Amino acid sequence: MLKFILMRLLQSIIVMLVVGMIAFALFRFVGDPINNMVGQDTTMAEREALTESLGLNDPFMVQYGRFILNAVQGNFGMSYRLRQPVSKLIAERFPATLELSLISAFLALALGVPMGIYTALKPKSFFSRGFMTLSLLGVSLPTFLIGILLILFFGVTLRWLPTFGRGEVIQLGWWSTGLLTASGLKSVILPAITLAIFQITLIVRLVRAEMQEVLRSDYIKFAHARGLSPRLINFSIALRNTLVPVITIIGLQIGSIIAFAIITESVFQWPGMGLLFIQAVSEVDIPVMAAYLLLIALVFVVINLIVDILYFVVDPRLRVQS
Amino acid sequence: MSDISNQKDSFLTRFRDSDLWWNFKASPSAIIAAIVTFIIVFGAIFANFVAPHNPFDLATVDLMDSLLPPAWEDGGRASYLLGTDDQGRDVFSTIIYGSRISLIVGFASVGLAAILGIAVGLISGYAGGIVDTILMRIADVQLSFPAILIALLIDGVARGIMPRDMHDELAVYVLIIAIGLSFWVQYARTVRSSVMVERNKEYVQAGQVIGLPDWIILVRHILPNVMGPVLVIATIQLALAVITEATLSFLGVGVPPTSPSLGTLIRIGNDYLFSGEWWITIFPGGALVLLVLSVNILGDWLRDALNPKLR
Amino acid sequence: MKVKKFLAASVCMLALGLGVANAETFKWSFQGDVQSLDPHGLNETFTLGFLGNVYEGLTAYDDDLQLQPGLAVSWENTGPTTWIFKLRQGVKFHDGGDFNADDVIFSWKRTLTSGSDMKGYGARISGITKIDDHTVQLETPAPNPILPRELVFYYMMDKEWSKKHNTIEATSPKSADATATYAAQNANGTGPFILTERQPDVRSKFIRFDGYWKDIPTNVTEVYFMPISQGATRVAALISGELDMVYPVPVQDWKRLNSAEGVKALTGPEARTIFLGMDQWRDELLYSNIKGTNPLKDKRVRKAMAHAINLNAIDEKIMRGAAVPAGLLVAPQINGFDASFNIPYAYDLDKSKALLAEAGYPEGFEIGMDCPNNRYVNDEKICQAVVGLLARVGINVDLNAQPKSKYFAKVSPQNGNDTSFYLLGWTPSSMDVHNVLFNLMSSFDTEKNTGQFNYGHYSNARIDEITGDVEKETDQVKRQNMVAEAFSILKDDVGYIPLHQQPLSWGVRDGISLSQRADNVLDLRYVIVDK
Repeated sequence: MLKFILMRLLQSIIVMLVVGMIAFALFRFVGDPINNMVGQDTTMAEREALTESLGLNDPFMVQYGRFILNAVQGNFGMSYRLRQPVSKLIAERFPATLELSLISAFLALALGVPMGIYTALKPKSFFSRGFMTLSLLGVSLPTFLIGILLILFFGVTLRWLPTFGRGEVIQLGWWSTGLLTASGLKSVILPAITLAIFQITLIVRLVRAEMQEVLRSDYIKFAHARGLSPRLINFSIALRNTLVPVITIIGLQIGSIIAFAIITESVFQWPGMGLLFIQAVSEVDIPVMAAYLLLIALVFVVINLIVDILYFVVDPRLRVQS
Repeated sequence: MSDISNQKDSFLTRFRDSDLWWNFKASPSAIIAAIVTFIIVFGAIFANFVAPHNPFDLATVDLMDSLLPPAWEDGGRASYLLGTDDQGRDVFSTIIYGSRISLIVGFASVGLAAILGIAVGLISGYAGGIVDTILMRIADVQLSFPAILIALLIDGVARGIMPRDMHDELAVYVLIIAIGLSFWVQYARTVRSSVMVERNKEYVQAGQVIGLPDWIILVRHILPNVMGPVLVIATIQLALAVITEATLSFLGVGVPPTSPSLGTLIRIGNDYLFSGEWWITIFPGGALVLLVLSVNILGDWLRDALNPKLR
Repeated sequence: MKVKKFLAASVCMLALGLGVANAETFKWSFQGDVQSLDPHGLNETFTLGFLGNVYEGLTAYDDDLQLQPGLAVSWENTGPTTWIFKLRQGVKFHDGGDFNADDVIFSWKRTLTSGSDMKGYGARISGITKIDDHTVQLETPAPNPILPRELVFYYMMDKEWSKKHNTIEATSPKSADATATYAAQNANGTGPFILTERQPDVRSKFIRFDGYWKDIPTNVTEVYFMPISQGATRVAALISGELDMVYPVPVQDWKRLNSAEGVKALTGPEARTIFLGMDQWRDELLYSNIKGTNPLKDKRVRKAMAHAINLNAIDEKIMRGAAVPAGLLVAPQINGFDASFNIPYAYDLDKSKALLAEAGYPEGFEIGMDCPNNRYVNDEKICQAVVGLLARVGINVDLNAQPKSKYFAKVSPQNGNDTSFYLLGWTPSSMDVHNVLFNLMSSFDTEKNTGQFNYGHYSNARIDEITGDVEKETDQVKRQNMVAEAFSILKDDVGYIPLHQQPLSWGVRDGISLSQRADNVLDLRYVIVDK
């Protein structure tokens, strides 16, 4: 087990290095940062000088090497767009994104898993059909439209909830939380729903599909034959076996929630990393993009690691082969 | 109506036994979904004949006709059934033409993602060891890149290597590859985890004992058993692909606004949500909801019907 | 003793209570945040306008863009290249420092440091001599009739404060650490508002500076700036009452704002002109089906295109009647504007088709067009409309609409002006016509730096000559005659196709009065909140 984890950590470092390398290879396709950093009266020679001094004329491997050298010393550079250290910006934004992602993941699981189980156990019932159709709404309309419609209805028409931002935040050390103030809690509702709606679809479908498979497997039939109570079979044995692939997907979903948060955050002006990233893309803020991508890579790597470890815990069959 | 059913019948009988057909007839929601899907796909394929106007032929579009409400509202005109958009294009026709682009992008990118993802998942799960490690770490790298960056990258590379004359046709291919690439990992991870479970089962071991080549075991025996989750993902991803395409358009990279997809139409209409020209968003949005719902209902039904264990 | 304490406490509370009663809060939003608080960091209108509430120059604009005294009380052109500026006495910086001649000299030198983006302005001055604490003599390298105008955005910093915080050089984007960028994150000006809190992209807080030297209309004591990037969200935040003022408001949302209770749209013509440019230098267009020759080099073709574009339709349908169709590259607010040339090319399809036939393209041709999709008001929609209009005379346009970073990277001179036909907008930062002659109308020349934004390389020798002369001409009548000649040549050549002045589009809550400046700057000095 320890060897496994160590190997995975080593691989993770390689993954992150590769992510960084690809990132630097593609930055030049995003656009030219210089135009956004100078005014219209700045001469071509000065623009060229700035490009040169930022090292943007160097081959991407050189730029990447320089970035890595600085990064291992804890220096991620200065944002072109906000003229602040990238590490400071990310530290400010990360809590916002994580709080939003976790709340929406919690919402999606709390609604999606029971709905999935119900539709698997009673596939023909009216409610099951309703749940299945309803759960599709999240993937039927683009996130940005759902977000704007929610803002229009709850923010503008009813005026119950704020239309943008994170409300008042409280600093707990370096972590800023919006979950301890009334305005912060109100602010998180709409973005969290927008982000969760999209996740629910997949969770309901996945739980249902897996549960149905499991319910028809031999060992469940055997358990019925042994006279175990249906409740025990459904919720202990079947659910447990359903969870293996579900954990994979949901684990991966947390990563994609963070990725999809880009849209939600930009619609609600939620001051998280997604908003930071999308603005970095539009202004070609290379240091911010690089740091964001590496951080996302780190999140995925860690989640994958946890998922793989959970496999060992949840599914005894997998333990044998290692 | 009966024509359609007959057509479907003869079409299906060639592939499946009448079991499936019977199953289909027994499911009213599947029938409705099939009809809706068929109408949308038919309309998209024969857009040139079905649509009253050709919104992509700009010489026929008049800016002065823009922002007309649907025909039944005050100021609406009969020739523009669902009204016109900000450029004077007929909304009904743009929906039909837009569906074509959306369906092409959706099916092609999901197909690309599925083929890539299933192949990687099968190999990775079956081979295990170093092959598995390398493939899964590539998947990790892939997951770290949001679709928008991939789209920008592919667009940049394509513009670099293609001759200038080809540039305007690029957008659709760029989207297909970008979305396909950002979607394959999910298939790979799902198939892999199922394969890891399947490969220890007796039927696989039996196959190995009698000396069947690995690829036959993979394709003929393991693949059908892991298709359940794949179909679920594929039907949802078809919708997601269409929506991702809209999202990319929202972020400024997508098909050109002069030949909009369904998603681009919604993005354009998004600008008019406050201003009262609701028909520019609501109709394409409704069309998208219909398409996604019916494809997914069909997908759900097909998954259940094809699953031998559920019969 | 006890009583005394009680009294003191109640006086305190009374004072606090009064303070609260008088506290007027103003919350506003723009589509983005400033990059830096360094007054010499970025020469861009929003940044300079935003910082103009904190920092000030020797001269200033009033709410109608008219020049007025700022930190200088008066000025005089004492020789062809010398100016005497009398500085205002008793002006304090926010940290209590005094403003004097040393600060003027320091600020000028700071604009010339490598990180500065105001070097162009700095170079308009060749030397500053301190005559006494409140008088300076400025030398210019050449006669410069508009020097006072060019000093408006040339903000004054305190020498002592800058030394203390080690920020004597302008902060550069390439700075590697936080200490080198102190001035980018902190501000200390002479302006009416003190920046007290800043979270980039989230919130900036200002409070009124009690020691401000001038009596100004505003009654606002507390200002919150909260940028919102999405137009729809911005408008929603205004209608829902969370904000007092937002801009820009999408033009199609005006109707909604005006029908909603408690808010209204505030509009007017902006000093920015939107226009189309054409490749007039390559022997073969990069993006066209015509090979071996460049149809856009033929004046008749350019003219045909100009006559095919219906500016009124674009104004009415795309801009909701909010734009002002233009015949010139300069707007009426710009010094040097001449109304007699501001008549657009007439919309005349027959004439356009006839001109095309005469030029040898009776069936039209194909051309690629570049367009930004997040830079100007409805930029992508305007381009789409142009594409549709040109299709009617047989010119089929392939539209390539991209985010501004990709667009500018493609069409700018750094990439060899990789375009055949493009849309651009321009506000001369000096509010003077010379800036337009220099950047847009002069021949592209990397030595002289002229024509940097002349992406299509329009070139006319006489206009080049006029551009040089206008810069030095101090006689206003002669100067205007030369400008008129240049306008007339450009118009006849169809060097550009001006489309319109884009609209200012602000949304304001009822009970707020403010003034809308034509350069799209919100000056907090004029914001009054009704009780």
